Amino acid sequence: MDSNSIGVLMTCPMSPPYLEQELDRRYRLLRFWKFPQKSELLKPHSQEIRAVVGNATIGANAELIDALPKLEIVSSYSVGLDKIDLAKCKERGIKVTYTPDLITDDAADLGIALILAVLRKICGCDLFVRRGLWKNGDFQLTSKFTGKSVGIIGLGRIGTAIAKRAEAFDCPISYYSRSEKADTNYKYYPSVIDLASNCQILVVACSLTPETRHIINREVIDALGPKGVLINIGRGPHVDEAELVSALVEGRLGGAGLDVFENEPEAPEELFGLDNVVLLPHVGSGTIETRTAMADLVLGNLEAHFLNKPLLTPVV
Amino acid sequence: MASIVLYLNNSAKDITFPLLEDRFQFLNPNTSSDSLFSSLAGTVRILLCVANSPVNSETLDKYPSLECVVGSTTGLNHIDLAECRRRGIRVTNAGDAFADDAADYAVGLLIETLRRISAADRFVRAGSWAVKGQFPLSYKVWGKRVGIAGMGSIGRRISKRLQAFGCSIAYNSRKPKANISFPFYASVQELASNVDILVVCCALTNETRHIINRDVMKALGKEGIIVNIGRGSLIDEKEMVKLLVKGEIGGAGLDVFENEPVVPRELHALDNVVLSPHRGGAVPESLLRLQEIMIANIEAFFANKPLLSEIELESLSWILS
Repeated sequence: MDSNSIGVLMTCPMSPPYLEQELDRRYRLLRFWKFPQKSELLKPHSQEIRAVVGNATIGANAELIDALPKLEIVSSYSVGLDKIDLAKCKERGIKVTYTPDLITDDAADLGIALILAVLRKICGCDLFVRRGLWKNGDFQLTSKFTGKSVGIIGLGRIGTAIAKRAEAFDCPISYYSRSEKADTNYKYYPSVIDLASNCQILVVACSLTPETRHIINREVIDALGPKGVLINIGRGPHVDEAELVSALVEGRLGGAGLDVFENEPEAPEELFGLDNVVLLPHVGSGTIETRTAMADLVLGNLEAHFLNKPLLTPVV
Repeated sequence: MASIVLYLNNSAKDITFPLLEDRFQFLNPNTSSDSLFSSLAGTVRILLCVANSPVNSETLDKYPSLECVVGSTTGLNHIDLAECRRRGIRVTNAGDAFADDAADYAVGLLIETLRRISAADRFVRAGSWAVKGQFPLSYKVWGKRVGIAGMGSIGRRISKRLQAFGCSIAYNSRKPKANISFPFYASVQELASNVDILVVCCALTNETRHIINRDVMKALGKEGIIVNIGRGSLIDEKEMVKLLVKGEIGGAGLDVFENEPVVPRELHALDNVVLSPHRGGAVPESLLRLQEIMIANIEAFFANKPLLSEIELESLSWILS
């Protein structure tokens, strides 16, 4: 079998270049973004495309799946599956793979980085120096992290990894999830509002589903309060962004560290002037080491599929 | 009657210690009336040194009855410790008041530098995300090898935190520490050759000035990161700037500089550097703890009891000459 004749559609540019280079080397790679008119791609090539490589930005929706009659596998360069129409894939017998576990550490490291950046105003400090303001006087005092109570929404791999790191800062840990976990000593709260009322730093680390959309709403934000800090390393739609923005602008919430937004790559401009907020462009798993490992997993899954071997990380 | 404490603030810092003001009578050369001051200057036994107010021979000559200097900082390089030892004057520092916060900050600077957090935040605020697309990839923290220069109370706390990030810890200090099981390296250069990240958190003394020099930084290498929460002069700043600009070390997270508040302009343009205006210890909750420690030291002094955070002047090698 000559894999170079297998059509693989890559949905958008992905970094590092390693993944694209390898896909190009091994398969007949079609780059979706090079075709301003999608029909220009799909008309001549739709019969060739047997695999789609997507990511957290552009996955495989019903429209795309319908346009690819020979599609056998969607190998996602992501953990999140919300951009893939899983129901449609199941219906068509299309396999789906993803890249779990690899990003756990990067995401948890980032969660703590956001907490420290918000509480200790590290980004604000950096801007203060770069703007030449230090010679006029000291930067303000900031807020302690050690010992603050941390509440985690979602005690999966990432939530647990965040908890372990926060414990090293002597933080008491509590959590909310759909059901209480048997194998942990952390304090469980049966509702997000209860959790928010009882912690100083609230971290969103659950997956995005219809139930968890806007899980952070006005009531939760009010419960967290003017001294509370919200950290979102999940997905933008976990948070009612309009409510969050007004709470921050009005001082009803103490601070926020956000890696994700409802309308990426747009971030709410009303927050740009606030120094109790840290805004990141969805860099949760954006390290060279992890992306290379993820790329290897995407490539490994495709290879396994086309060799009729068991998939490495199928979505069950 | 409240005990009399000489209050010296010749720093640029506008700090107050309300808990101490309640408990002691402050004799302040800048504000006390001339008659009160001249009557008490000769008999005051204890001095509260605010921030980095210099305490040297000239200072000590003015107050011939001084027996104790109570510092409000962790680092004491603004106090002439050799002179204090010569005069039999005891010295206390801030103890562990700022240790957790300094450790938190060191970890924060480390992650911020590797993951390019402040650069990414600037990227979003400049509106670049929508225009330029994805922010460049940064570097993983988990599992990196960390070298701690100075394994005191701050170094220990940094180690504990970083272990939760899967980091392995090695260290250098004047001598190996009895109850520390991490690998010890006899020189900072050897340490630097064997780690990915060098965290500088030792005291600034005549021996440790520029302890992080060009050779150490070259040993750390092109992908190596430096984090400095100690004192600016622990690092040869001129050399560090050259190496950073040329890309011969991977990045730096810096809370302190040789000539604060001056920060070398060349660093402003670099995304792999995080700059901070000496805020590593500054949180209000810690100022409370600081005051508790200073009060404990002062009261112990007047009660002839052991001081809480006395610096062992006898064992400091730079004093022996």
